[in-house]
Amino acid sequence: MVVDSEVLLSEALLDIERASDEKSLDSLRVQYLGKKGSFTELLKTLGKLPAEQRPAAGEQINLAKKNLQQALELKRKALISRALNEQLEAGRLDVTLPGRRQSQGGLHPITMTIERIKSIFAGAGYDVAEGPEIEDDYHNFEALNIPVHHPARAMHDTFYVSPGTVLRTHTSPVQVHVMETGQSPFRMICPGRVYRCDSDLTHTPMFHQVEGLLVDESVSMADLKGTVVEFLQAFFEVEMSVRFRPSYFPFTEPSAEVDMGCVSCEGKGCRICGYTGWLEVMGCGMVHPRVLEMSGVDIEIYAGFAFGMGVERLAMLRYGVGDLRLYFENDIRFLRQFN
Amino acid sequence: MIISESWLREWVDSELTTEELAATLTMAGLEVEGIAPVAREFIGIVVAEVRQVTQHPDADKLRVCSVFDGEHEQQVVCGAPNVVSGMKAPFAMVGAKIKTEQSKQLKITKAKLRGVESHGMLCSAEELGLEESSDGLMELPSDAPVGQDLRAYLQLSDSMIELDLTPNRGDCLGMRGIAREVGVLSRKEVCEPDFNVVQPVHTEEFSIIIRASEACPRYLGRVIRNVKLNASSPLWMQEKLRRSGLRSVDPIVDVTNFVLMELGQPMHAFDYEKLSGKICVRMANDGEAITLLDGKEIALNSDILVIADGDKPVAMAGVMGGLATAVSDETEHVFLECAFFTPLSISGRARAFGLHTDAAHRYERGVDFELQHRAMERATELLLDIVGGEPGPITEAIGALPERNTVRLRFASIKKYLGVNICPQEAADILSRLGFAITAEDDESLKVEVPSYRFDVSIEADLIEELARIFGYDNIPQTSGLSPQRFPKSSETTIGMNRLRDHLVALGYQEIISYSFIDPALSELFSGSEQVITLQNPISEEMGVMRCSLLPGLLSSYQHNANRQHERLRFFETGLVFQRSGEAIQQEARVGGLIAGSQLPKSWSNRQELSNFYDLKGDVEVLLGLGGKTGQLSFLPTAETGYHPGQCAEIRTLEGDRVGVLGALHPAIQRELHLDQSVFVFELRLDTLQKARMPQVKALSKYPEVQRDLAIVIDEAVSADSISDLVRASAGEFLTDLRIFDVYQGDAIVKGQKSVALGLTWQHPSRTLSDEEVTAIISNCVNAIQEQFNADLRK
Repeated sequence: MVVDSEVLLSEALLDIERASDEKSLDSLRVQYLGKKGSFTELLKTLGKLPAEQRPAAGEQINLAKKNLQQALELKRKALISRALNEQLEAGRLDVTLPGRRQSQGGLHPITMTIERIKSIFAGAGYDVAEGPEIEDDYHNFEALNIPVHHPARAMHDTFYVSPGTVLRTHTSPVQVHVMETGQSPFRMICPGRVYRCDSDLTHTPMFHQVEGLLVDESVSMADLKGTVVEFLQAFFEVEMSVRFRPSYFPFTEPSAEVDMGCVSCEGKGCRICGYTGWLEVMGCGMVHPRVLEMSGVDIEIYAGFAFGMGVERLAMLRYGVGDLRLYFENDIRFLRQFN
Repeated sequence: MIISESWLREWVDSELTTEELAATLTMAGLEVEGIAPVAREFIGIVVAEVRQVTQHPDADKLRVCSVFDGEHEQQVVCGAPNVVSGMKAPFAMVGAKIKTEQSKQLKITKAKLRGVESHGMLCSAEELGLEESSDGLMELPSDAPVGQDLRAYLQLSDSMIELDLTPNRGDCLGMRGIAREVGVLSRKEVCEPDFNVVQPVHTEEFSIIIRASEACPRYLGRVIRNVKLNASSPLWMQEKLRRSGLRSVDPIVDVTNFVLMELGQPMHAFDYEKLSGKICVRMANDGEAITLLDGKEIALNSDILVIADGDKPVAMAGVMGGLATAVSDETEHVFLECAFFTPLSISGRARAFGLHTDAAHRYERGVDFELQHRAMERATELLLDIVGGEPGPITEAIGALPERNTVRLRFASIKKYLGVNICPQEAADILSRLGFAITAEDDESLKVEVPSYRFDVSIEADLIEELARIFGYDNIPQTSGLSPQRFPKSSETTIGMNRLRDHLVALGYQEIISYSFIDPALSELFSGSEQVITLQNPISEEMGVMRCSLLPGLLSSYQHNANRQHERLRFFETGLVFQRSGEAIQQEARVGGLIAGSQLPKSWSNRQELSNFYDLKGDVEVLLGLGGKTGQLSFLPTAETGYHPGQCAEIRTLEGDRVGVLGALHPAIQRELHLDQSVFVFELRLDTLQKARMPQVKALSKYPEVQRDLAIVIDEAVSADSISDLVRASAGEFLTDLRIFDVYQGDAIVKGQKSVALGLTWQHPSRTLSDEEVTAIISNCVNAIQEQFNADLRK
């Protein structure tokens, strides 16, 4: 008796339905469609039919085979997709757990501030110069127009290593070194550690300065004002008001103290600015002709301006550091706040 | 310096308000640091007379007084020890209000004190905010008008203005100078007080010789006989002094202080009877000594100017008088001194002995050298008014008097210097108002003579500053746009500090900044004391020496944090270290680092393995690798002070220059510093570290790499470097990589030996290496190893 292709198909479809993995699906394919498979066998029986019935019967079997192939393919895709889903499900992680890594390092706020100042001035064409911290009396004082008995020496409580050798009280001696060895024009800033023999709530015996010097033909106080104002506004990213007050430094003439509108209260007056609305942030002036002359600059051609600022103070204002001692205590709880 | 606003207004009556006045002074370079009222705010306090004083029936320390306030007699209970019948004192009537320190208000009400009614309060100067502290009631002069409001009587509507003067403005250390400035700034006439020449009533003089004529160009003396020192200074003078921050002491001190505050001229009075021979102004002799007014004994030397009499120094000139010749209660005749000492002869001398006096402060900065006669007459006049006495003539000795400077101002320089034009007329006007005499003028310039009180003006730039100050810094424009563009020099063979720091940060290091001066005890742990640089005047002993190494600072910071329960720390610092090398001082830039605690931060995802030498070395290798220096540096075992002798390496270049050291902290130091875990540190020279090579590219080979592993068993004492070096030398020119991927010691290996596994990679630039070639190279390597180290392939 000839097996009906319809029956065979429904039997095969049932088997496919039951298949649970790709492997069993594959053996079903062999079982029904392989060389010795059921449908192959069925096709062989066609010869026994009368000739006029053969085309119709053949077509029927081929149709059943096609349906079966489709069913196999569908089932295969479904099985792959299920397996993938299972794999994905098994691979689910808690993505909220922290990653595996080295701890977060960080820079000291003083370094951050100096680097910020450097990059702003570098943009305006200033070089960076550094120099020794143990200086001779000449470079720290004499060459800056501060002779031995000058009252300004009292403004610099100086640490002595030996009678003629001091810990530099400012970074100005670096400018002297550069002027002595280089050729005008000059345009530089000198960042670094400086030392004064003074230690209380508002003074640490070591602190940092950035001093700048520009020597060129036709440099005026107006240029100095422009430079200082633009720097402060760039540094604080605020267009605050800035005022210049006459002051005194032995190495500049005229000299000025720079006050800027308090960045905390916008000049209205607060604890930080001592209720004045102003913050003293810098000293500056036109380089004293004697200083230029001593360092070999021709004052008939060149003039210059200089300015100097305390890095701790700028960092204090920018980051809200309330206590100077925090800078050098190196408490990790303080330092990490800048990372 | 503190000045009284109303006193200033006696000199120059500007229309400015207090705040405007302060702002004007500040913007002219005389910085106002603060403004304070001269007394507390109060109302309802009058001058009263104490008419009767009786003992309180129930309290030993209280008195019951009858006080007349001008209208009524009031019963007042008073605890002040100095209350006496007949005295005049401030009286706070019932209803009076006093604002106290904490900005609270004290209201006077009727009260009962130990059962006795009290209608008001007699006040001390402290209670009114006139003095810091008082022992009893404030005694008012006997002519004080009873019933007058105290504020009106004492003219308390006044402020004390505190000025922070720069050292160049010695001319403003007196009311006269400040008034001059205010006059110029507000375009007002300055009214100087009347100046009278005192007629001598006897002819007695005390002769004066100046031996140091450079140091003392002028010395004036005057003998005043028969003074009565039991008088007290008038209230107006006491108040002016008080509002200038000075206490009233006795009439003579008060008068000299008053002249000091008024004119800026320091003066001194000697007890005339105690002077012998004559006055001699000279340099001290080495070995001489003097006991100063404050009791301090000073060993003098030839750098110090003294006033001496026939026998001995009697004053440290321009600083302080001597105790032995000081005016006292018994003094009958005084010798008044009024001198000009040059700034150079006084400057630094007081400070050298830890002294700071008003006189020295002024002489150091420069006292008007034409002021002495005037000051002497002013002081004499005031003194005679208070203590009476008979003045003699002024004796004057002259040394090398300075001359007034003449300075030329070119009009073109103004614009050049300030970037703004001030026209010649205005410039001349400003300067003459400031007291400069214009001696010559042409189209291009003018010549001015500097007044005798301006020690800070000697060159053109000084005059330009004066112009700018008065013209107003605010009125100078702001310009930018200087010279043409310039390109910075930029070296690619130098590694910027930023890059080094950023790498350390990425490796988990936190930057610290520690003091350059450290505890000598800590310094000694790492360096011998002979090269250490000691400070002559340290802040404290613990900050006594300059660091020779960055390690003490790193360790101190580690300790600070370890004491606060932070166990895992990674720090770095960059900066100079300082050493003596013979006569010279070496200042070397270094970077130092420290690690302690677990390799990675405590987390769910890793085991808490502690950092060791190799963690540190890995980080150091990263730094050294930045300049492409890998392979050009060697790590050599070394014994370095402060380090664990078995875990310490120095790094040297091929040329033998030392780059730095790394290793474990010596366990003994760890114990001494109470550190409870191992600490690893490195320190490298920045100059070598910052050198980089220029990359030069080689062509890439298209042919396959060949990799082979080699495991050998070798004496444990043979270093990894010596194995690698030998293998590298034997592995032919096409070796591209060699790494040690395993080191094993344990049960499977004979004791005293170790197994080392090497991974080797070859690549030929232009063909494929054959198996035979590689096998031959390998056996070459094995032979070399066997020969050199008597080692074997691991079976």
